[in-house]
Parts: sequence; C-alpha cells; structure tokens
Amino acid sequence: MNRIIKFIILDILKNKIVLAYTILLAAFSWSAFSLEDGSTKGVLTILNIILLIVPLVSILFATIYIYNSSEFIELLLSQPIHRNKIWLSLFIGLSISLLSAFLIAAGIPLILFAESLVGFMMIVVGCLISTVFIAIAFLSSILSRDKAKGIGISILLWLYFALLFDGLVLFLLFQFSDYPIEKMMVGITASSPIDLARILILLHLNVSAMMGYSGAIFKDFFGSNLGLFIAFMLLICWILFPFLLSLKIFNKKDL
Amino acid sequence: MRVLLFSIFLFSSFIIDAKTLLIGNNYFYKKIKLALNDAVNGDTIIVEKGFYKEGNIVIDKSVFLLGKDFPVLDGEKKFEVLTVKANYVTIKGFIIQHSSYAVLDDPGGIKIYNSSYVTIQNNQLFDNFFGIYIQESKHCIVKDNKISALIKTEQEIGNGVHCWKSDSLQIIGNNISGNRDGIYFEFVTNSIIWRNISCNNLRYGLHFMFSHNDSYITNIFKNNGAGVAVMFTKKVTMMNNTFENNWGDSSYGLLLKDISDSYIATNKFYNNTSGIYIEGSNRLLIEKNIFEANGWGMKIQASCMDNYIEKNNFIGNTFDVSTNGTLVLNTFNENYWDKYEGYDLNKDNVGDVPYHPLSLFSVIVENCPPAMLIYRSFIVTLLDKSEKILPSLTPENFIDNKPLMRAIKL
Repeated sequence: MNRIIKFIILDILKNKIVLAYTILLAAFSWSAFSLEDGSTKGVLTILNIILLIVPLVSILFATIYIYNSSEFIELLLSQPIHRNKIWLSLFIGLSISLLSAFLIAAGIPLILFAESLVGFMMIVVGCLISTVFIAIAFLSSILSRDKAKGIGISILLWLYFALLFDGLVLFLLFQFSDYPIEKMMVGITASSPIDLARILILLHLNVSAMMGYSGAIFKDFFGSNLGLFIAFMLLICWILFPFLLSLKIFNKKDL
Repeated sequence: MRVLLFSIFLFSSFIIDAKTLLIGNNYFYKKIKLALNDAVNGDTIIVEKGFYKEGNIVIDKSVFLLGKDFPVLDGEKKFEVLTVKANYVTIKGFIIQHSSYAVLDDPGGIKIYNSSYVTIQNNQLFDNFFGIYIQESKHCIVKDNKISALIKTEQEIGNGVHCWKSDSLQIIGNNISGNRDGIYFEFVTNSIIWRNISCNNLRYGLHFMFSHNDSYITNIFKNNGAGVAVMFTKKVTMMNNTFENNWGDSSYGLLLKDISDSYIATNKFYNNTSGIYIEGSNRLLIEKNIFEANGWGMKIQASCMDNYIEKNNFIGNTFDVSTNGTLVLNTFNENYWDKYEGYDLNKDNVGDVPYHPLSLFSVIVENCPPAMLIYRSFIVTLLDKSEKILPSLTPENFIDNKPLMRAIKL
C-alpha cells in the first residue's frame, strides 16, 4: 500500500499542476500579509482563499486525477491487491500532496504573521477543508463513468457549498425571522463544511461582532471545548462519510 | 499704618490659633471621635497608623482630617464610616473599609451631605456599599483615591463615586473598580471628571444623567459590564477618553441617549461591541475620534438629527456604521474609512468618489440579527459589492462626500 501511495505522489509531482498550485497559493498568502498593513486583513484574505480556492482546486484536481488514473486503477485491480487498499491509497496519496501544498503555501505565512491561535486554527481548518473536498471528489467521480458528468457534479457541488448554501441560509433567515431560529441555525450550518469552517475561524477573529444575541448562542456552542470538538468531529464526518460511501460503491462496482 | 499692622497681627493670630490634634495609641486622644468633639473650625487632626473601629464618624466642623501611613477606618459592615456635614473639610490619607449595606439610606465609605469645599484626597476605599457619596454639595474635590469593591451582584453593591444634585465638583485621578457604576452623576452641573481609571465595574464605567455643562476628559473606561452611558443631558464635553473592551449584547463603548449640543472629540474606542451607540441626540459634533476593532464603530439610530461626524478614523471595525432606518439627518464628512476603495487623482488626500459607509450586510443584520452567521461568506461579499455600486436597500444619502485617503494622525 505504501508503494502505491508513493507511486501516486510521484505521479502527481510529475504532472506539476500541484506544484503550480503551491506557488500560486504561496504568492497569494505572502502578498496578502505583506501588502496589507494589519495582519487581520491578511488573515481575512487567506480565509477567503480557504473558503473558495482551496475547495475548488481540491475537488476539481482530485476528480480529474481519479478519472485519468482509471487505467492505472484497472491495472492494479488485475494484481492480487484488495480493492479497499487501492482506493484508500489513492485517497491518501492525493490528500498528502494537496495538504502539503496547502501547508507549504499558506501554512508558513500563517505561522509567521498571524496570531498563533488564529493561525493554528486556520491551518487545521484549511487542511480539513482540503480533505473534505477530496473525499467529495471521490464520491462524485465514482457516481458516474462519464468524465464530463463527474466533473460537472464536482463543480456543482462546489458551487452549492461555496455560494448557494449561504444564499439559502440567508433566505431561510428572512423567512423565519419572526421565530427563535438561532439554535436551529447551529444545526443547519453543520450541513455545509465550508460554513462550519468559516464560523470556526470567525469565532476566533471577529469576536466583538459575534457578541450579539445570536452570536452569543453560536459562541456558546462553538466557543466551548465541547462545541469545538463537535465541530471538528463534524468536519471529519464530512471526510469519512463521502469517502466511505465511495469506497462501498467502488468495492461493488464493475469497472 | 499702625492700624494695618495691628490688624495683620490680629488676623495671623487667628490662623495660629488653629491647633493640631494627634490621635493614636501614644497620644492623649485614642479615638477620632473624642478629638473631633474637642476640635473647632480650622483645626488639623492627624491620625497615626492603626485600626480604628468607631462606628459612624460624623464630621460637623471644618477640619483637616489627615491620616499618617494610612490608618484604617472600619465600618464593621454596620455603619457608614465617615459622614461629612460641614464645609471646608479635608479628608486625606486613610484606608476606609467595610461600610454597612442598606438600600434606603445608601451608606457610603465617605458620604457628604449638603456641604461645600470638601476635599477627599489620596484615600483607599475598599469593600464599601457606596465608595464616596456626594449629595447636594458644591465645589467638592475627589482626587487620587483608589476605590475598589468585591464583585457581587448589582443589587448588593453601590457606586464608586456617586454624585447627586451637586454643582462644581472635580473628580480627578481616581482609580475605581468592582463597583456597580464606577462614577455616577445625576443632576450634577458644571463639573469635571478628569484622569480617572474606571474598570471592571458591574454595570457602567460612568453613568451620567441630567448633568448639564460637564466635561469628562482623559479618563479610561475599560472592561465594564455595559460601558459608559450618558443620557438626558446637554452641553457635555467628552475628550481624550479611552473606551475599551466593553463586550456583550447590550454593551457599548459609549451610549448616548437624548444628548444635545455636546462635543465628542479625540476619544479612542477600541474593541467594544459598539463603539458609540447614539439615540435621540441632536447637534453633536463628533470629531477626531479613533474607532478601532469594534463590532460596530458607530450605531446611529434614525432618531438622531443634525449631528456632525467629521475627521474620525474608522479602522478594522466589523461594521463601521449602522442605522435602523432610511432617514438620514446627520452629516458625515472627511472621515477616514479603511474599507474605502476609491482613488485620489489630484493627490489632495480626499477621495474622488463619495463613500457609502453603510454596507448592505449591516442593514440586513440590523433587521435580522441571526444573519450574522453568514458574515464573511462569499455571497455577502457579492451582495455588498453590488450594493456599493448601485445602492437600493441602503439609504442613498448616507454618504461621506470627502472620504480621506489616509488616516488622520491623532
């Protein structure tokens, strides 16, 4: 299994896109911190990168990579290797390469410039978000044999989580603004990994604005150690659930 | 000439006539009350270091009461410690502690009744119901005292410096913490509050009502339950104060309610839920203040009119301003907004494009507070950008016509 992972990582390195992604992300992060006068603005720029670019690159690159390595997967299947191992090592290989890209590009400036707690939080959340969208990519690429359809599903899912979901939340908030919906909203945000990530970081950034009544309910939940633990667990669920589902389908699928 | 000399001699003999009474274990007077009994107007009473439990000490003569090495006056939780009922009294250098607790008569560590020219200086007041209580008095000075109390509930603790129906007071250089309100002013006129530090109080750092023609200058109000409240007052000057770390749902750096004709300048609002919250106020000039890292820099309600907000720095606030209606009767001019994205072709430090400081999202949050949940999401950025270009929901005349390109040096 280790050899498969090594092989995949080398393959990804050879294709240079992840290298370019690392350089671009690094350029973004360094310039964010060096151009803005305060570190807060830089952190906010990186927050936007984590919430938009990182998921997009993760999901698209992973989907396309899985489709492109279909022949490689078929070759491996002809060997006496368990299907679980093949799928898992593909996942681990992709995760390691994209995570190290993120850690090198955004992690180092975050450690250097941001407040230690906020920086640490953003690195952890950024890594989790990367992995969540790789897992979602695995699910969408196993759902269809058609490459165009699979990539389409990936893009739509990204659009939904990054853009549409917040619009829906805003709509719901206005429709039910006469009711005490704060607690319900805590549950609803858990159904989008990007929202979970955003709120986790915001609670460490814009504390003063989150001190309103609804903010207080959120802070009570996500600010406490239990809430923090639950939020991280939810993000890990967002990794495990799509990946395990895709693994189940992969195991049964006639390739 | 001879008459003049004689009169000078006569006059100075009166001054010399004032005697000094020493109190302490080694002296004739062991108790302050006995010395006060024998004293006449103008006498000096010096109290040696020691622990004095004498119940309620009433000062009804114009005396200087001086403590040497901070003697302790203890109210045993049963008495008001010092009661002043005479003019020209000075109390200096004591530790005054454990006054009684009573809701009807509001006992204090030091309470001044209907007196003028009383000076209370350099005392340490600890765990009293009210620290220093001044009522119906004039020309009193409260200076360099340290007033602290153990945090309890709001009902169980009084105010640090409580002034009621007085005139021409000077509250200077005091350090007040752990009380209900740090400084409380009600019906107090022509007074000054200067260089005080009021922090960690349960309710307000400064609570200010019906007190016209007052100034408060260079004070620090920090970590108070609800910040500072100034209400129902005209002609107040607030300068060079620091309002810091007042956090909570109904907490404000500075709450202005029904204030008119006042001047608010060179203050610093840092890290508050709302820097200034203004309601029902008219003809204020708010200039050269710094609003930094607040949730809301300024919440100005639609009930305000003819206020001028000029030359302030708004830096790193979540929302710079917000309002609750579409009616705008206030003028914003020449402020620095760090969120301003315009340009300055002729390099005169004034942006060429007017700035709309009110973001769409702040209007949304005002109408529906839970919407704070989607703050900093991409959809919000998108909505804000389009609203900035074509205002539809935010009032069009909520505008700074001359936004500055660089922060004002203050």
